[in-house]
Amino acid sequence: MILLAFLAQTLRIVIPYLLAAAGGVLSERAGIVALTLEGFMLTGAFTAALGSYYAGSPWVGLLTGLLGGVALALLLALATVRYKADQVVAGIALNLLAIGGTRFFLRYAFDSSSNSPRVPGFGGESGGATGVLATLAASAQNPLVWIGLLIVPATAWLLYRTPFGLRIRAAGEKPEAARSLGVPVARVRVLGVACAGALAGLAGAYLALDQHQFTDGMTAGRGFIALAAVIFGRWDPKRVALACVLFAAAETFQIQLQGAQLIPSQFVEMIPYVLTIVALAGVVGRSAAPAALGKAE
Amino acid sequence: MSAPAAQIPGTGSLQAGRDARRRTLFEEAILPPLVALGIALVVGDLLILTFGQAPGAVFRLLLEGTWANAYGFGQVLYKATTLTFTGLAFAIAARAGLFNIGAESQLAAGGFVAALAGLALPAGTPWLLAVPLCIVASAIGGGAVGAVPGVLKARFGASEVIVTIMLNFIVLALLNYVVAAHLHVPETLHTPEMAVGGVVRLADVSDAFRGSAANAILLLAIATAGTVWWYLFRTRPGFELRAVGLQPDAAEYGGVHVGRVWVRAMMLSGALAGLGGLNYVLGYKHYYEEGFAAGSGFLGVAVALVGRNHPLGIMLAALLFATLSQGGLAVNALVPKQMVEVLQAVVILAVVTSVPEVRRVLRAAVRPAAKADAKVSA
Repeated sequence: MILLAFLAQTLRIVIPYLLAAAGGVLSERAGIVALTLEGFMLTGAFTAALGSYYAGSPWVGLLTGLLGGVALALLLALATVRYKADQVVAGIALNLLAIGGTRFFLRYAFDSSSNSPRVPGFGGESGGATGVLATLAASAQNPLVWIGLLIVPATAWLLYRTPFGLRIRAAGEKPEAARSLGVPVARVRVLGVACAGALAGLAGAYLALDQHQFTDGMTAGRGFIALAAVIFGRWDPKRVALACVLFAAAETFQIQLQGAQLIPSQFVEMIPYVLTIVALAGVVGRSAAPAALGKAE
Repeated sequence: MSAPAAQIPGTGSLQAGRDARRRTLFEEAILPPLVALGIALVVGDLLILTFGQAPGAVFRLLLEGTWANAYGFGQVLYKATTLTFTGLAFAIAARAGLFNIGAESQLAAGGFVAALAGLALPAGTPWLLAVPLCIVASAIGGGAVGAVPGVLKARFGASEVIVTIMLNFIVLALLNYVVAAHLHVPETLHTPEMAVGGVVRLADVSDAFRGSAANAILLLAIATAGTVWWYLFRTRPGFELRAVGLQPDAAEYGGVHVGRVWVRAMMLSGALAGLGGLNYVLGYKHYYEEGFAAGSGFLGVAVALVGRNHPLGIMLAALLFATLSQGGLAVNALVPKQMVEVLQAVVILAVVTSVPEVRRVLRAAVRPAAKADAKVSA
């Protein structure tokens, strides 16, 4: 039963990581640095809460969350693909924009500086005094859980089995060669970033709908953890998914240990970040990143 | 068809060289802030109108709450002090071709180590000893955190962008742990107050800064900006650093050890960010507090970008961003202060996207005229 509780908790935590990291894989494989996953997620969480609140339906929230992420992604594409702005700087700016923008419009829409009112979510209450089986049942009623579980095989299939996936990989590895073969590199990159925005937007929607509200800064670095998973998993959907599960399990472990106080929670929080640095410094190797990542075509 | 040699920049007449330099000055120093401010004004107007307020009144209130008000102006100077340090930190790394996104945690580490030094000193320590010790301590704290991504990049080729982001989380969590577990005053998130006190507040010297947090670290910031300028443009190591930033392969061929320059640049960058921690610890509160950096590290990126990585530009840009940030508080009654967070992001985006575009359009407008001249003289 303890194991089942552990798995149920890990499942709840891993879903947004899987969604955002799958988007990160598509964006980075197309050659655009996915630093803005955090901003996409935060924007998606806010627009999802907005949609769910005003329409009274979590399905609308799911859709508006996706669109919110896409809107910010298109802004990133405009800056980096059309105007060839430095991807890192533009990414940081858009993260700041997401933080400031969600706060500003939180005041505008709900006249609060900390959180939105309660919004409809999928299934019953989660995190209440319900048992493990109830938690699992609630997860099963949440379409985002299913989308999150299916997104990994879907991304792998898209990337390795379709012409579009081939174009994405070409745009991130050798854009000049791709263009000489008639691949519209700019358009492919815009689509890759838009996918990242859509999926990270859904990840944000999952957070907001799961907690039935938007709170200021509720993503709390989860977009950066998703990016860490992308790097740790060497830009390959299957390995990235494993990294997500690893990070989520570590987080679950921390939550379950909080009562026991064996290790200070701050040290457990560090695990994904330390792993990423270790991965970058040796395990991953220099050649793993897409060759044209971060470079204007 | 062979182009006349006079059209290649740098090989033309003295007059042509002077024109080119004047154009560079215009494009590098004057255009970016103008374009950025213009776009920020438009977006700001839109946000203000969304809230049903009059843009003119809001911007007037913003100015009255900052430059036209003794306390507000002191607060602007206080905020600009930290931003000057984090801006210089980003700029010195950028001049070496590196992106230091870690100023946030380097700043905190600098402040933390400075507070540790201050706590270790007994109450009677003379000012002349305590202040330099704290300055050195903050530079060591920030420099140590900055050195990590430099070494990892030079040794393993690890991207300094990702490493500095990850270090932000790691270092801040570590500092929070140490303070929470071992050093805090009960019921608070800060360390005890340093017995040696701190540096002079400007308000103690002149009534013009009444009540504001501006302090003598401001002078250290100005002196540091001057030193960074001298280092970058007048010393050999500074020249090597810029050479690596412009053309790492050529620099390597020219006998510069690129890896060593990366480590040095990141250490200096971290040390500069660490000095920024003094403004709070030594100049204002006299203790280290969890979360005191609160975004100043990230804003340093914006400050350096708008200031074109030049120390003078950075001081001006720091004043601009400090004005926005203090001004946000002044207008909060009419428009949420979060408006300025949006504007700060818009300013960065404007500088990285519209400035090259405006430059391109300007050049395209100038070129046909220049070609016509060339034809006439031929």
